[in-house]
Amino acid sequence: MNQEFKKTTFRDDFTFFNSPASIKRFPFPFWEDKYMYSVNIEPHTAGAPGSVFEFPIDINEHYVSEMADRAIVLKEDPLRCQALPHMMLAQWDFLELLMTSMARDYPQWFSLTTQGDHWHWVNKPLGIDQKFVFGDPSTLPYEPMEYMGRQCQGDFSIQDQRDGQLWMDAGVITTQADWSLDFDVGMNFMEWHGPVPLAHDMKVFDRALKFLLNLQLGEPVRRLNWTMTINPRLDTSPENYNKWGKDRTTVTPENVGDKVHLRVELQALWRLPRSNAILFSIRGYLIKMRELVTVPKWGRRMHRVLGTLPPELIDYKGITRYRDTTLEWLSQYDDGAPTSPGGGPD
Amino acid sequence: MLVEGIKSRPRYPGLTADKHANHHIFAADGEGAQAILDLFTNESDAIKGRVTVVYAQTTPGSEAYAAKLNALSVDIVHIMPTVETALNRLAGVLHAARMGARMYAAGTETLIGFTVQLAQQLGMDPGAVLTEHRGTAARRVQCVHCKGFTENVTTNIVPCAHCGEHLLVRDHYSKRLAAFQGVCADAEVRGELPEISEVFK
Ligand code: HEM
Repeated sequence: MNQEFKKTTFRDDFTFFNSPASIKRFPFPFWEDKYMYSVNIEPHTAGAPGSVFEFPIDINEHYVSEMADRAIVLKEDPLRCQALPHMMLAQWDFLELLMTSMARDYPQWFSLTTQGDHWHWVNKPLGIDQKFVFGDPSTLPYEPMEYMGRQCQGDFSIQDQRDGQLWMDAGVITTQADWSLDFDVGMNFMEWHGPVPLAHDMKVFDRALKFLLNLQLGEPVRRLNWTMTINPRLDTSPENYNKWGKDRTTVTPENVGDKVHLRVELQALWRLPRSNAILFSIRGYLIKMRELVTVPKWGRRMHRVLGTLPPELIDYKGITRYRDTTLEWLSQYDDGAPTSPGGGPD
Repeated sequence: MLVEGIKSRPRYPGLTADKHANHHIFAADGEGAQAILDLFTNESDAIKGRVTVVYAQTTPGSEAYAAKLNALSVDIVHIMPTVETALNRLAGVLHAARMGARMYAAGTETLIGFTVQLAQQLGMDPGAVLTEHRGTAARRVQCVHCKGFTENVTTNIVPCAHCGEHLLVRDHYSKRLAAFQGVCADAEVRGELPEISEVFK
């Protein structure tokens, strides 16, 4: 069973890599040769078999390794997982959504049996067999959000909805692109998006918030977001920026292919049934430049997007120091040929 | 990384009297007293019912202000030596307050931030506190690394009072923590710091 999951690391010796199959299903986020923020929201409906959109929750070859990395982060810094007291009902909503989706879509790995409030959850890859009472936190080893957050790839935050706003009142966030849950918890949609350049003036956040306030039960939506990361490091938190920041100075023409990673977030949003809160999942995918250029269209397009990225985005995403070196390396893979529309390989 | 112009930074529109309130509770420090005095000059007709003032004497001119506040037609002025003691007194006042009370905060961002935080902790809507910024723009900063707070920060870069990292002070602000965010300024290349200048005067 466990052979299907790689044992690789996202810190220290950084042994992470993608299998050819994993490269093929990578959610390449650029549908044209340039990039700018937009309200890029679409229904989170089932995609092609084998794609990252096949199921609402995507479990892949990195599952076991990513869960091991999360356990390390939470051990070193418990504040990466926080829930304000009024979020308990939403935590149970979250646990239910994950357990039912995972058991339904990956029956070979997960199973859920319920008899009234008496639930039995089995997670074979992580060796977990848990009987508990739904709604009674004392019957689980962690609070419900942390319990399932430790068993599902991706970061999660849960937003309470009140006064025509969304409030980030809970989350388990260990693989973030340089933002702090501990600092942002309790903020509203406009406040936690405060640090994002340009998008406020483009009214991206006004429109997105209006849309989300009307999000319906059973009609989840998704969007893609991206950044770049040096080394396949999942924990690029501001908390540890004083440890990983120096990685950005280590890129050379020789090591671009292995060190520089595109990091794509498949973000999905669900209305939760009991609490009326909104769940936000941030499912991250890493790919090395060397892996990326095995798809010729992606190599060409990555070069063009990075070359024309607005300066505000280069700065915000922290790419400044290694952008030129990366561009130079990518130029070998850009013959100037036209690219087809959409993100998929040609 | 965006440093300035971040939308989470609160705005302080200035004090206006709530003519529907039956109890007006003011928290102020230093120059904030003048905002209360101005309100009483301009809108005294609209201030009906009880008035409670909690004032922290934090600047050299504070004693003179305290005397002027005492001369207003108010129920009581609590004169306190520091922001911390003023907040404890304010908490006591708020616990005894009833429906129909309105909170005002005037003075430094730190005093306002703590007052809003207290209101929130007591289950009030933080937006219900009327605010006016007066006096120093010095900031309370939380180190994102060790989570320690450094008070009265006036420079763009400040050594964390706890772990010693040189922190770049961002406009990103948490009402829950009543603090701005400080992030290691030389994480990428140690010692490579921007020019240090007094920007929050
Ligand atoms: C409730 C759901 C959402 C949550 C919890 C959330 C959270 C966040 C956070 C924490 C950041 C990082 C801000 C920082 O630098 O400190 C961010 C960035 C961003 N968010 Fe959201 N977000 C949500 C929904 C959306 C939606 C629906 C959109 C747009 C249509 C959006 C657009 C963006 C953009 C453009 C960025 C900048 C990303 C980059 O350049 O890397 N967000 N979001």
